[in-house]
Order: sequence, then C-alpha cells, then structure tokens
Amino acid sequence: MTFEKVAKIIADFKEIDVSEITMQTTLNKDLGLDSLDTVELIMSFESEFGITLEPDASLQTIGDVVSMIDKETKK
Amino acid sequence: MRITGTGSELPKRVVTNDELMTFLDTSDEWITSRTGISKRRVLSDESLDKLAASAAAKALENAGIGANELDLMICSNVMGPYITPGLSCIVQGLIGAHCPCFDINAACAGFIYALDMAKAYLDSNKAANILIVSAEAVSHMTDWNDRATCVLFGDGAGAVVVSKGEGLRAVRLGTTSNTEVLYQKQITGNSPFELNQVKDPSLVMNGQEVYKFAVSVSAEDVKAVLEQSGIQAQDVKYFLLHQANHRILEAVRSRLHQGKEKFPVNLDRLGNTSSASIPILLDELNRQGKLSDGDILAMSAFGAGLVNGACVIQWNFK
Repeated sequence: MTFEKVAKIIADFKEIDVSEITMQTTLNKDLGLDSLDTVELIMSFESEFGITLEPDASLQTIGDVVSMIDKETKK
Repeated sequence: MRITGTGSELPKRVVTNDELMTFLDTSDEWITSRTGISKRRVLSDESLDKLAASAAAKALENAGIGANELDLMICSNVMGPYITPGLSCIVQGLIGAHCPCFDINAACAGFIYALDMAKAYLDSNKAANILIVSAEAVSHMTDWNDRATCVLFGDGAGAVVVSKGEGLRAVRLGTTSNTEVLYQKQITGNSPFELNQVKDPSLVMNGQEVYKFAVSVSAEDVKAVLEQSGIQAQDVKYFLLHQANHRILEAVRSRLHQGKEKFPVNLDRLGNTSSASIPILLDELNRQGKLSDGDILAMSAFGAGLVNGACVIQWNFK
C-alpha cells in the first residue's frame, strides 16, 4: 500500500506513468531527481502519511523510501 | 503605516556563473537549474555603508522629505563593515540625518521585522517618519572556496521611508530556534582564556533543511496574513518573496495557486541578497511604474534563526 501511494506521488511530480516506477527505481539515476526534488517529495510523503521525515542523503531507491515511511508510520 | 518612498543601490561588479567556473568546480547549468541564479553583484571598491546611504538617499528623495525630517532609522543587516558602531549610525552621518538609529539582525527576514517595529513606533506616536534600510554584504561572509554556498548570494541595499497612514494591513512574525541548519559563527578574538576558539567562521547551510522550512513557513505565513487582512490570494497584485532560490519561489507559488506573473524576481540577476532582497524588489517595481495606489502586496521572508515574517501592504503612495 505504501509503495502504491509513493509511486503515485512521484509519478505526478515527474509527470510520468506510474507503471514506470518499481521498488528498484533509483531517485537520482533513473528519475533524475536532485536533492531539492527529494525534499519536495519528502514533504508530500509527510502530508500523505501524516508523519515527519528527515531529508536523508542515504535514500537511493524507491524501496529505501518505502521502508523509511513504513518504519516511521509504525512508531 | 504606509510606504512613502523606496530606493535601492547595487555594487557595480557583476559576477556571472561563467566567471565562478574559473575558480570553482561548478557550472552555469548546475547553478541555474538548482538556484535560478545566473549572476550576482558583489562589493569590490565600494563599501556597504556607502551603498546603504545611496539607497537611503534615493528613498528620501522618492518620498519627498529631507533627512532632517526623519524621527528614526532602522538598519537591518547581518554583517556590516564594523562590529561597532552599527551600520545605521554610519549611514546617518552619510545622509545628514540627526535621528536616533539602531541596527537589527533578523537575518533574511530583517526587512519584515523592521516594518513591524516601525509600525509600533508610528502607532505609539513616537515617530512620524521612519527610514528602514536593509543592506547586506553576504560576499564578505561566505567562503569563496565553498561552491555550495558562495554561488548563492549577492550584495545590495534597499530602503523605504514609512509614515503614518493606511497601508500595512497585517504582519506575522515567527522564530523557531535552530542554529544547526544555517549559521555563521563569530570569531572569538585572541583572548588567552577562551577554550573554544572559532577557527572557521564561514557560512554553513543545510540546503535541504532550509528549503523544507522556507517552503512550509512561507506558504503558511502568506495564507495567514491574507486571512488576517480579509484579502483573497487572487486579489494580490504581487507576492514579494525573499529571493533565496527559484525552486523555493516555485514551491511557494504552487502552494498558493497563483500565476507566475504575480511573483517578481531579481534573484536571477542579483542572487540572494538576504534582508535586502524584498526592498530592492519593491523599489524595482515602484520605479518601473508597476505599482498603483490600492494595489495589494504580500511579502514573505525566512532565514537563519530560524526566523520568518510576512505582511500584507496596500500600496498607498500618493
């Protein structure tokens, strides 16, 4: 469920089809997102999931994002 | 309180992104896509106090009053040419004023904080004409070997004269103590007793954290001051946002659902001029004849502290 929501937010942000996004998709290489794009998306995830996230340089893939959100929502 | 005059002054030296590439590992594409800045003005043989005095003199002339008619001068400034006296005291002598003067440091939000203070002086009948000068020499603060920060800033001065009357409709200020994400330490001198000497006093910024703060607080502040003054976003002529980064401007704009033409920009030409960015922008609009009496202006700024401030002003010039 987290993945579907994350994929939709990113697809809307990048104006691409949601089917192009998988757990292995990388933020920087595949999606061309820079550090400020990542913060903008983190802010969208925060409002979607009702959580607070810290911008994290170690985030590489959509899978990383999904596990970060899952960890935070379980708190 | 209404604004009765505006003025600004910029250093003559222009530094393009291409020139930065001659001594930094950076590129025009990198800087432009991440910041929206293509060039900036920096101090060379001018001094900040002269720049500030010139902006002040232009604002007085625009207001049609003499320096001797001022009851108070407030300078917003992060780092002036002297630790003491304050920049405002030097400017007072240069423009020939005789009123009490003091400086405030509310970082990039200093102009909004100064407007709020000026309103309190006018409302309590302690002053009739107040000069606000926001002047910044950020090029003297940044480490010019650090490509992540020095490319972002520029120097400049903006000034306004404010007097009694209808104009300022709402103000909102905020402070959230957070030193880590944006700071510059003061050097500690040569005290033989100091155990924590500051050796590297350059500006340090966590861009992602500052972006997050700026975008959320600016959109929220603008919505709050509009609601406070009973004005709809679509009725605002211009949104004058602190010129920190075009990505921040765009993110705030999209949260306010307003067109690009309502967001004037000088960031592309001047970089981030800290607290001077909004009064310079206001002076540009005023001198280009883009403001008419009755126009609603919303201003919002944010900076190190962390501090934020926003206001709604009805242009009531004549």
